[in-house]
Amino acid sequence: MFEGLTGNLKNALSGLARGGKLTEGNIKDGLREVRQALLEADVNYEVATKFIERVTEQSVGEKVLKSIRPDEQIVGIVHQELINLMGPVEPDLAFKPSGITILMMCGLQGSGKTTTCGKLARLLKEQGRKPMLVAADLQRPAAIEQLKVIAGQVGVPAHTEAPEGNNAVKVCQNGLSQAKKLGNVDTVILDTAGRLHVDEQLMQELEQIERKLQPDQVIFACDAMTGQDAVNSAKAFNEALELDGVILTKLDGDTRGGAALSVKEVTGVPIKFIGVGEALDRLEPFHPDRMAGRILGMGDVVSLVEKA
Amino acid sequence: MGLFDRLKRGLQKTKEVMRTDVRDLFKAGEILDDQKIEEFEARLIKTDMGVAPASEICEEIRKKHGGRTVVLDDIEETVKEKLRSLLEGEGDTKWDIADPLSPLKKNPNGLTVILVAGVNGVGKTTSIAKLANLLLKQNKTVVLAAGDTFRAAAVEQLTMWANRLGCEIVTRPDGTDPASVAYSGCESALESGADYLIIDTAGRLQTHANLMEELEKIKRVISKKVPEAPHESLLVLDATTGQNGVSQAEHFTKAIECSGLILAKLDGTARGGVTVAIRQKMGIPVKYVGVGEQIDDLELFNSQGFVDALFE
Ligand SMILES: Nc1nc2c(ncn2[C@@H]2O[C@H](COP(=O)(O)OP(=O)(O)OP(=O)(O)O)[C@@H](O)[C@H]2O)c(=O)[nH]1
Ligand SMILES: Nc1nc2c(ncn2[C@@H]2O[C@H](COP(=O)(O)OP(=O)(O)OP(=O)(O)O)[C@@H](O)[C@H]2O)c(=O)[nH]1
Ligand SMILES: [Mg+2]
Ligand SMILES: [Mg+2]
Repeated sequence: MFEGLTGNLKNALSGLARGGKLTEGNIKDGLREVRQALLEADVNYEVATKFIERVTEQSVGEKVLKSIRPDEQIVGIVHQELINLMGPVEPDLAFKPSGITILMMCGLQGSGKTTTCGKLARLLKEQGRKPMLVAADLQRPAAIEQLKVIAGQVGVPAHTEAPEGNNAVKVCQNGLSQAKKLGNVDTVILDTAGRLHVDEQLMQELEQIERKLQPDQVIFACDAMTGQDAVNSAKAFNEALELDGVILTKLDGDTRGGAALSVKEVTGVPIKFIGVGEALDRLEPFHPDRMAGRILGMGDVVSLVEKA
Repeated sequence: MGLFDRLKRGLQKTKEVMRTDVRDLFKAGEILDDQKIEEFEARLIKTDMGVAPASEICEEIRKKHGGRTVVLDDIEETVKEKLRSLLEGEGDTKWDIADPLSPLKKNPNGLTVILVAGVNGVGKTTSIAKLANLLLKQNKTVVLAAGDTFRAAAVEQLTMWANRLGCEIVTRPDGTDPASVAYSGCESALESGADYLIIDTAGRLQTHANLMEELEKIKRVISKKVPEAPHESLLVLDATTGQNGVSQAEHFTKAIECSGLILAKLDGTARGGVTVAIRQKMGIPVKYVGVGEQIDDLELFNSQGFVDALFE
């Protein structure tokens, strides 16, 4: 991929003379190649277009460096701008100094919410906190059972209730009371059911949970393989809930993960962690530089640009 | 509501978007210029069909109508035609709309085995329940095999569906070799003289070589018990998936020779356009689409109907 992009870029920028100046005209074809690469990495069409405009603005007037090839210089500029857009990193979860901190997990069906709740619980436990999981997914068959198993694996308590005739808001409230009663819980993690952003009724349920529970952090679990639609769902969840953080899941595959850029661009919400496997210890902090390289389909751009 | 109506309902949003695309973008009487075509290309790309098929469709529009006065019906016809040819490929997707089982290859000599696979969380287990429901409604007997012995409570999930459907299910404890669950499933289904066996598998990312080998082994074991099985190897794809869907189709096909796709979660705003790229590159057709979380939310995919529904 790296070869592919730079190969094409080199051709597209063949008109650039070393030591000359970058102009809108002489970088246009090159940036068209970059745009194509972004689209193939699933960056949303509008986001990619806007991104290219921004990079054009930034590059025009800059000197073509003598020390590196023009295509490398352009990649360097693009790479840096991607980092700027996806950063800065903000991996903290804003815990209350005292009392119980509430984290609420939300997202589309199958995005990895329940697993990620388990991963967070594990991480927090390791940091010396005392998390508890609450099974607020009363929809999907065996969702409660799944959370129970995961809580058992992590070794943290779980609050669960029978789904029949019950409602998610109540389960969350009861979960919080239960945590207070237990006394040794300082973080409650709410696992909500997957839902489509166009499902008004279920989106209202989420808003209700947020209103009643006042979570300290609302976290959106986003599948890293999502394509153009990532902007639509992320935007809708953010409008309904004012998200505090995004966790990008399933990055252990070969997806280029353009959704990362799309989601950050349309919501402004920081990406806090990435999921890199099914096991509960497969949660890592988000690194914008690595993500930028991945979206561009290249390994270590950084070293290449640092040579300059 | 007939199947076709429900498909249309499932595609309502897609349809509306596409219709406004052609009608709003291209105004009758105007000259069709590059900017218009580029805008249309943008909308095609937003379906996740990929840059290449989108360019191909637009090239066709440019060739036939570029620089001329817009005649809406003609442009629509060009797009339809091109899309249909991209989706139909070899023409092996013309199923009988009235028969929801028509896309499935059947074993004429007894048990038909359907293997279902895909990456994590796409909708495999739910789609299996829906497919079983479809078969049961046609008075077929169905056995399910809970081949996901890895994910927490995956067995319980399929068991709950089996109980709701009232069909037989074969389960083994968590951690059991999934190939051996598949084998037991074959045995039970043969014993009870069932018409269909559907095997669930754990979600796996296509780049995890050991997990893909595990899938190959499942397939091998099945074919030892039932010659020529699995008769269908269905890959479930999430409609929100972007270009990674192509890699999924490539790797899963290498492991289990996918005979068709189930496109789940088409009830959202995502279009699942990557299936167009998959069809074009690998020839694998979409056989069913998932349009909700409930048991009846599975529709037969019909390319003709799909394309027509987009423009009606
Ligand atoms: N490879 C990989 N798989 C993951 C990751 N995170 C979650 N999964 C898998 O994705 C699938 C779905 O995960 P869940 O946690 O059940 O997703 P969910 O969002 O809770 O699903 P619903 O509650 O049904 O909406 C499971 O098979 C998980 O094991 C990850 O980072 N990498
Ligand atoms: N809206 C919608 N949701 C669906 C559809 N199909 C499945 N789902 C939901 O997607 C989530 C994941 O579905 P599963 O059937 O558990 O997916 P899976 O592929 O078996 O997941 P793993 O076994 O963990 O890899 C569940 O919450 C389902 O209810 C669909 O067509 N539309
Ligand atoms: Mg869940
Ligand atoms: Mg499953």
